[in-house]
Amino acid sequence: MILYNLNHLRILESEAIFVIRETAAQFEKPALLFSGGKDSIVMVHLARKAFFPAKIPFPLVHIDTGHNFPETIVFRDKLVKEIGAQLIVGSVQDAIDQGRAVEEKGMNASRNILQTVSLLDTIEKYKFDACLGGARRDEEKARAKERFFSHRDEFGQWDPKNQRPELWNLLNGKKNIGENFRIFPLSNWTEMDVWQYIAMENLEIPTIYFAHDRKCVIRDNQILSASDFISLKPEEKIETMHVRYRTVGDMTCTGAVLSPASNVSDIILEIAASRTTERGTRTDDKRSETAMEDRKKQGYF
Amino acid sequence: MNVRELDNYHNMELLRFTTAGSVDDGKSTLIGRLLYDSKSIFEDQMEAVERTSKAKGFEHVDLALLTDGLRAEREQGITIDVAYRYFATPKRKFIIADTPGHIQYTRNMVTGASTANLALILVDARKGILEQTNRHSFIASLLQIPHIIVCINKMDLVDYSQEVYDNVVTEYKKLSSRLDVKDVHFIPISALKGDNVVDKSKNMDWYMGSTLMYMLENIHISSDENHIDCRFPVQYVIRPQATEHHDFRGYAGRISGGVFKPNDVVKILPSGFTAKIKSINPLQSMNVDQVVSEAFAPMSVTMTLDTDIDISRGDMIVRENNVPNISQDIEMMVCWMSDKPMVHNGKYAIKHTTKDARCIVKEIRYKVDVNTLHRLENDKQIGMNDIARIQIRTTTPLFFDSYRKNRITGSIILIDEGTNETVGAGMII
Repeated sequence: MILYNLNHLRILESEAIFVIRETAAQFEKPALLFSGGKDSIVMVHLARKAFFPAKIPFPLVHIDTGHNFPETIVFRDKLVKEIGAQLIVGSVQDAIDQGRAVEEKGMNASRNILQTVSLLDTIEKYKFDACLGGARRDEEKARAKERFFSHRDEFGQWDPKNQRPELWNLLNGKKNIGENFRIFPLSNWTEMDVWQYIAMENLEIPTIYFAHDRKCVIRDNQILSASDFISLKPEEKIETMHVRYRTVGDMTCTGAVLSPASNVSDIILEIAASRTTERGTRTDDKRSETAMEDRKKQGYF
Repeated sequence: MNVRELDNYHNMELLRFTTAGSVDDGKSTLIGRLLYDSKSIFEDQMEAVERTSKAKGFEHVDLALLTDGLRAEREQGITIDVAYRYFATPKRKFIIADTPGHIQYTRNMVTGASTANLALILVDARKGILEQTNRHSFIASLLQIPHIIVCINKMDLVDYSQEVYDNVVTEYKKLSSRLDVKDVHFIPISALKGDNVVDKSKNMDWYMGSTLMYMLENIHISSDENHIDCRFPVQYVIRPQATEHHDFRGYAGRISGGVFKPNDVVKILPSGFTAKIKSINPLQSMNVDQVVSEAFAPMSVTMTLDTDIDISRGDMIVRENNVPNISQDIEMMVCWMSDKPMVHNGKYAIKHTTKDARCIVKEIRYKVDVNTLHRLENDKQIGMNDIARIQIRTTTPLFFDSYRKNRITGSIILIDEGTNETVGAGMII
């Protein structure tokens, strides 16, 4: 007897590709939000598969805070060139220079929240009606309630209490003028699935995910990379540590973990044994109990 | 996990299950235990829940806080929406669609049930079958969830009595004989004490069956998809517009039933033309020359045909001798999801497979009382959370199967044309 069985990674892959194709079919001007992190790298890979042998029929959009890890930018530019995609960069620095965003002050100043301004500006400038993102429901409790097709009003806001029910594989992307959608094909993936998929498909990822020596400073139990964007308190000192990153955000708010994992298999074993979530390395989520929901309501990813 | 287990991980199956329950039936405790015992709750999540429980003055750690993520839910202490939770054992990856069990959340239960392979139904051993058990079972039956596990919970509070358990089982079988459910299992458990959840209970020697975790890991799910009736709704047409692939014309989509092979003769709906499948490109490789020998649900693939036929999104590729129903008049059960009541003779937009159309509600036949399972022939007022049998007429013929036969080609959503909101979920009879 032949068993018609797909393993869970192939089911998740088929589901994500279905959602990506649905986006291309239902919307006039979609875009793929690309951060240079592992989830968005998986997204680009899936988008390539979805339309192969044609090219990805929409641009990649990077919201550049100016506080990125240099390794991510190098990786981004190489990938874009390789796949022949169009890249649009929305700059937080521009928004600050134009007075549309005001830089945070103080020790823990971060441009994380300011990304929302640049994102909404970029959406408006290019008239994108759907933005694909790599967010997953397992990342954070407010994201656990997200839909594949997440509706945003004309101000880019998310109304968690008034979401469209999503049944079977019938995705409703109907909207009025000025409204748009955030679309999350990786909704049902976990951190582990993403790494297993990277291993299975042999995907290249930025070097900062692997263990390396880095000059760091410890603040509020987080290992932060020493950089021009971080001002030190008198008692803080810079040390060289053997670390890697579990997520890639801004240098100012993404913590590293002490780790010897230097390849994807090592990382998978490390995650399997890990007792904290990957968002645990993000100070931006720790500002309050509902920090993510509050940012999402305003138009965050 | 060692390297050997790592290899196994690639071959894990995926099981989606739904849980419905009210505040006191121990649902959160059970989910919390499954997550905790499979090491899927992380320290930082647990610390956050402990912190919040303490701040709220609770005596126990409230595991519901793990899933109730929205500010309003945390403030009101209720689950409003479907919450998705994930855990994995070395055998399977699990997706839980955790839904509130109250009648005012019927629509959320229906949403969670729409993609589930299995329903967990919790029964309090002290209380037996209640109105809500009827409701949850009816929804599982209506949504054709292939497997049901009835967990008779709080066995610790009835002295682990076999008699109590047997009575509940007998009572439930009476209920299920009125429903369309095929595969029902019963397990006596105590979610709080852990009896028969992950480890076999030492308090119930009389129970010879398996634990809940064992059943979740081993229940046979590979025949849940329809592998008989070939259905391929065309989702997107791929035309590269590049010299390299100048003549390439690929039909992209997700197979909703049957097994397709190269050289199969297929029929295209609605045109009725036939063609031969030239190639089926899997997702596994980005190489046009690499093709698969067969493809089946729920795979996303790209097909090419041997002749040039005009095919577009919303068309369906099927086998010549096995075509779906083609009609504009459709009988269905519908769950209403909007606070604006259904309008008799009202017009709605619809989505069915990859097809968009409009419809008019021609007949409202009856409403179902989801607590008693009675048909209310004279109540035609269909409001939020109501379930009814209706007949619609569509602007264009749909290619469909009965929902019983195929959950993908048998389902429809109704959309309000003013607000664009999804207002109805339909299951074709």
